[in-house]
Amino acid sequence: MNIVVCLKQVPDTTAEKKLNAEFRLDRASVEKIINPFDEYAIEEALKLKEQKGGTVTALSVGPESAKEAVRKAVAMGVEKAVLVSDDALAGSDSLGTARAIVGALKKTSADIVLFGMASTDAASAQVPAKVAALLNQPLLSYVSKLEAGESSATVRRQTDKGYDVITASLPAVVSVVKGINEPRYPSLKGIMQAKRTQIDVWSLADIGVSAAEVGKAGATEKVLGFVPAKARQAGKVVKDDGTAAAVVADFLVASKCL
Amino acid sequence: MSATNDIWVFVEHEKGEPKKVSLELATKAKELADALGGSAAAVALGPGAGACAKKVGLYGAGTVFVSEDEQLASYSITPQAQVLADLIGERQPRVVLFPATPAAKDIAAQASARIGAGVLTNSIDVSIKDGAVASTAPAFGGSIEVTSTVAGDVPQFILVRPNALLPQQVGGDAQVVAIGAGVKEDSLLAKVVDVVVEAGAEAPLEEAAIIVSGGRGVGGPENFKVLEDLAKELGGVVGASRAAVDAGWISYPHQVGQTGKTVKPNLYIACGISGAIQHKVGMQTSKVIVAINKNGDAPIFEFADLGIVGDVFEVVPKLTEEIRKRKQMT
Ligand SMILES: Cc1cc2nc3c(=O)[nH]c(=O)nc-3n(C[C@H](O)[C@H](O)[C@H](O)COP(=O)(O)OP(=O)(O)OC[C@H]3O[C@@H](n4cnc5c(N)ncnc54)[C@H](O)[C@@H]3O)c2cc1C
Ligand SMILES: Nc1ncnc2c1ncn2[C@@H]1O[C@H](COP(=O)(O)O)[C@@H](O)[C@H]1O
Repeated sequence: MNIVVCLKQVPDTTAEKKLNAEFRLDRASVEKIINPFDEYAIEEALKLKEQKGGTVTALSVGPESAKEAVRKAVAMGVEKAVLVSDDALAGSDSLGTARAIVGALKKTSADIVLFGMASTDAASAQVPAKVAALLNQPLLSYVSKLEAGESSATVRRQTDKGYDVITASLPAVVSVVKGINEPRYPSLKGIMQAKRTQIDVWSLADIGVSAAEVGKAGATEKVLGFVPAKARQAGKVVKDDGTAAAVVADFLVASKCL
Repeated sequence: MSATNDIWVFVEHEKGEPKKVSLELATKAKELADALGGSAAAVALGPGAGACAKKVGLYGAGTVFVSEDEQLASYSITPQAQVLADLIGERQPRVVLFPATPAAKDIAAQASARIGAGVLTNSIDVSIKDGAVASTAPAFGGSIEVTSTVAGDVPQFILVRPNALLPQQVGGDAQVVAIGAGVKEDSLLAKVVDVVVEAGAEAPLEEAAIIVSGGRGVGGPENFKVLEDLAKELGGVVGASRAAVDAGWISYPHQVGQTGKTVKPNLYIACGISGAIQHKVGMQTSKVIVAINKNGDAPIFEFADLGIVGDVFEVVPKLTEEIRKRKQMT
């Protein structure tokens, strides 16, 4: 079984963020990590391979620096690694990213493509569904349990009430939620392997995607302006002397919550 | 620019009962359409769609496009995206507002990929700026708010978070229009074989007006009962920090934060939660935040509107009792 897992490098939320002169995130100054949801996708890919055999390829679209995120996936146990990187990709929106992923997938023939349910920086939860639409493959999203056979997969799609059980034939696009598994830590052997493994870097020309469809050229969002969000202020802090319940209740009445 | 100035709403509903966020969007659609000289319409798909029309109309949609096709039941993503995309192609609305809920996000993503629409996500407000329909969304962990629009000759999709807008009965009797075009064979790619409701799993946090959330300070699964009692008394639902979820005390759909849900209730009561940045980003746009924590130095007190330095086990049961008493008095 050929499995591809898509991962994005994102800024670490705990890192202090600096805004540059244009009031955009100064990405260079920020510690970067694998999008936390994608670690669940990587783990699920590795588990699938352990059951079914085959290969797992990690695929990321991003700048050179994203190699590091891809390398971490190799350290976790992924054998092959691809980074789609091209100056023309800068400023891609989710459709542009999906087009680049689809271009790369056409060169790799996957039975299952795994995604995290969302990226923590864009938080758009758009890329997996768009990839499925562009490939005209089944979309199995928000998956909390995955069982794959030779030619079909059955999943649990997490809902606010429980879950839906969904089946589809392969190839299919799957996005996973946190809690589907417990991602493994890279082993020492994996870390050594990651240092040696060559990461293939593909340009837009390599994947047959035109620059007009991606990056700033293909993006439709136009920023009109931005303001600093109103920072929340510390309110009243009261030490409980046995009457806290009444203090809270009074406050809820005063703030029209009761 | 699209051929019309019409503003549409994609209705999310539960067997014919529109979700509150659908009504929030209907009211906004009417406001925008009135300002632009277009009309406000809604699209409701799947069994029960017709039953939605009355309420969605009352809240602002002048027209409701409906299809009761079984193949468009709430969990079918690709068929809904296809029917919606076909209808948009035919009628050319300028903007479609979607609830930023998991299913609607998927449907918007797939419909936009089909027709090349521009998508703006995580919106907390929609307005008109220099003639353009603009969406405001938090960025960089909520430190700034960015206002943007969609440029170019493509339909504009805006994914709006529940509880961000005010639903009002600004409409009347909607005209109901049956959608002619149906589901195409090649969009029937995935099959729903079962819909399972798990006892105690219900966690509609994104839509909740009141959330009582518990963290590591709650101490164990059985103690979440204490929070449930308070939530019930307030008409709210129970949320949790990641620490409580990872400890297995409560299921993941209850998790609030960066790797859980982003919520925007009127009232968020954080019990035994320290207020780590990854939790904060998921709840900082709550209207009112109350924190109960026994450590006076907990970061949550830096952004709570009311902080109680105290023990959850002392304060919460008494609060539940106090609220019960006050409700009886009125
Ligand atoms: C990539 C990543 C993603 C993350 N995503 C999320 C997320 O989505 N959501 C999330 O919540 N966290 C998330 N976290 C974890 C986050 O960093 C914190 O670890 C977590 O929020 C802490 O949960 P807590 O406040 O319940 O626990 P703690 O930080 O341990 O705080 C417990 C608090 O309870 C108080 N307490 C203890 N006993 C009592 C008592 N009897 N009465 C009153 N107070 C008491 C203590 O004083 C303390 O302040 C993420 C972390 C990472 C690295
Ligand atoms: N640049 C990227 N490269 C590879 N995968 C990506 C990229 N952006 C998003 N993804 C995948 O799509 C998922 C959802 O991301 P998003 O739609 O941005 O919220 C992520 O969890 C990744 O699996």
